[in-house]
Amino acid sequence: MSGARDQILANIRRSLGAAENNKVRQQAVDARITAAKPGIEPARGQGSLEQRVAVFVEQAQAVSATIARVENISDTPAEIARYLRDHNLPPSLRIGADSRLGKLQWQGAGLEIARGPSTGTDLNALSYAVGGAAETGTLALVSGPDNPTTLNFLPDNHIVIVDAAAIAATYEGVLARLKDRFGKGNMPRAVNLVTGPSRSADIEQKLLLGAHGPRRLHIVIVNAADGTHAQ
Amino acid sequence: MTSVSTSPQFKSNVQQALHDTQLQKALANVRHTVIDRRAVAAAALPEFEELRDQARDIRNHVLEHLDLYLARYEQKVVECGGHVHFARDSREACNIITGIAKARGAKTVTKGKSMVSEEIGLNEALERAGIEAIETDLGEYIIQLRGETPSHIIMPAVHLNQEDVEQEFRRQHRHLDSARNLDDAETLLAEARGILRDKFIAADIGVTGANFLVAETGSSIIVTNEGNGDLTQTLPKVHIVVASIEKVTPNLEDAAAIIRVLARSATGQDMSVYTTFSTGPRRTDDVDGPEEYHVVLVDNGRSAMIGTEFQDMLRCIRCGACMNHCPVYHAVGGHAYGWVYPGPMGAVLTPSLIGVDKGGHLPNASTFCGRCEDACPVRIPLPKLMRHWREREFERHLPPLRFRTGLAIWGYFARRPRLYRAATSMTMRALSWLGRKRGHLTKLPLAAGWTDHRDFAAPQGKTFQAQWKKQRRNQGRKRS
Repeated sequence: MSGARDQILANIRRSLGAAENNKVRQQAVDARITAAKPGIEPARGQGSLEQRVAVFVEQAQAVSATIARVENISDTPAEIARYLRDHNLPPSLRIGADSRLGKLQWQGAGLEIARGPSTGTDLNALSYAVGGAAETGTLALVSGPDNPTTLNFLPDNHIVIVDAAAIAATYEGVLARLKDRFGKGNMPRAVNLVTGPSRSADIEQKLLLGAHGPRRLHIVIVNAADGTHAQ
Repeated sequence: MTSVSTSPQFKSNVQQALHDTQLQKALANVRHTVIDRRAVAAAALPEFEELRDQARDIRNHVLEHLDLYLARYEQKVVECGGHVHFARDSREACNIITGIAKARGAKTVTKGKSMVSEEIGLNEALERAGIEAIETDLGEYIIQLRGETPSHIIMPAVHLNQEDVEQEFRRQHRHLDSARNLDDAETLLAEARGILRDKFIAADIGVTGANFLVAETGSSIIVTNEGNGDLTQTLPKVHIVVASIEKVTPNLEDAAAIIRVLARSATGQDMSVYTTFSTGPRRTDDVDGPEEYHVVLVDNGRSAMIGTEFQDMLRCIRCGACMNHCPVYHAVGGHAYGWVYPGPMGAVLTPSLIGVDKGGHLPNASTFCGRCEDACPVRIPLPKLMRHWREREFERHLPPLRFRTGLAIWGYFARRPRLYRAATSMTMRALSWLGRKRGHLTKLPLAAGWTDHRDFAAPQGKTFQAQWKKQRRNQGRKRS
């Protein structure tokens, strides 16, 4: 409906008293899109890596996520096996094609692994987050074969690994990581910012966990993702 | 096709609401929870007030350049493999969506919570096209079963109590054991989760709204707590986003800046559970996600609000803080307002979108206490905008004759200060004498609307102006 499009845009211009192809207005818009105006970033979460991680943990726990911290990525299978055992959950786990997960010793930890997107029959899934924001204990996950989006929402228990060094102070820090990876102005199909497990307060304002998404969110923070310590 | 309004019957809606004991019980939940939660979240972030200014400025900048940001956003969505459709009004928007659905032979559509889809009457349009629309937000699901509309923009079932939900689930979910226990909210939630899980997986199309559209990247953003919006847009083959034209935001950082004030103002959370950025359909190496991605941009009267005194209203980010803080909303609930948007934001937006002849009662339903403006994350001057509507309504002779005559008489005195002072001090003396025994009056001529429901306190002492004058004189004496 190009008729509708042109008419709506013309109406807006008329209402604003702006001419079509006004260079000054177009430049203002281009400039704003090319370089975001630096905004106010909260002090909460700013500081050294240890300070950022500490705030991240505090904020994530405040919204009912649970946290474990391990030294090396190779320690995660044992931690996940412990978590599932402690919650009386079967030792099975769905993962995507992320090579960092694929090479881990799952069998040694007694875990049965399924691979690929979820169709809704899995109880437990594991994803590798691209980063986190300390200010609200928020994880950032991106779509793709490595960590399919369905794993973030269909299973009852979602376990997410995040590197300590990938925890930024603020959302802007997370966005900067995305820009580094995908290029300015480009996004993967889906970016999920996740802050705690699913919830609803639609019945009498009572807060209940596990509305449609995961009932539990367990975050495993890895100190040294590739065997070396982050600063 | 815009959803039907009962706003013209506001006064009888109010009478009904005030006498509805179940509703009054449910409304106590708003009065007693959300205001405190927002206050705690705001106090915990030292930068909150500055962030509100920043959010206001971003929204203003967008509205001043809306045509250009829309064009840029459209271009970016297309580059990412998506489709953009513009709709002048509700009918066009519904036709576009039912058109896409019919072309793909869709039988069921799952829906994330979207107020603009309520505004355009999308569910009814889909139904007429023979397509089942299933609301998946828990609150929306409950009210859809009951054949109701949302009574709040973020807590659609806030007018209901737990026993109402239990009753409805027993009535509708006939395939389940009738002797099952549904005594607590957790069980009700689990039942809805189970039923909707199958619907998500079977749906042909998912429709969501958008909290933001990002011009820089062509992304649409939804902010939810349940995860239903994400299941709605991830599982079906087609994802349709329906959003009003003013939702566009320059870049990702601007969106993040506004997100910081959104949940804090809405529910008092620091951040909603799921903030999802969707950009185009499934990529070549993707193993999940929709194969088609459409955005329907709805004007429905908004482009005509730009450049008027109501432009500020388009800054609104739909957090619901204004209704959460409104004493009128607390008393009558959302349905009394008679259309999609209740509370102070609805009192300004409804006359703009459906006409002051239909929505004119709403801007009058305010005490002008100013709590809405105090709570608004983008600082919309809601009382001022309601006053503009009252003026327009008055100019068009829409209020009843008695009301206009009364105002004209008051206006006559107000323009003659000497006469005004003499008349008010005389009235004061008379009222004070009449109420001298009990300290209040139970009946007053021409003011039965007040005295039928509460007593009128008898004036004590002099008029405000006389007292003010005296105080100024005394202060002058003290200083000299």
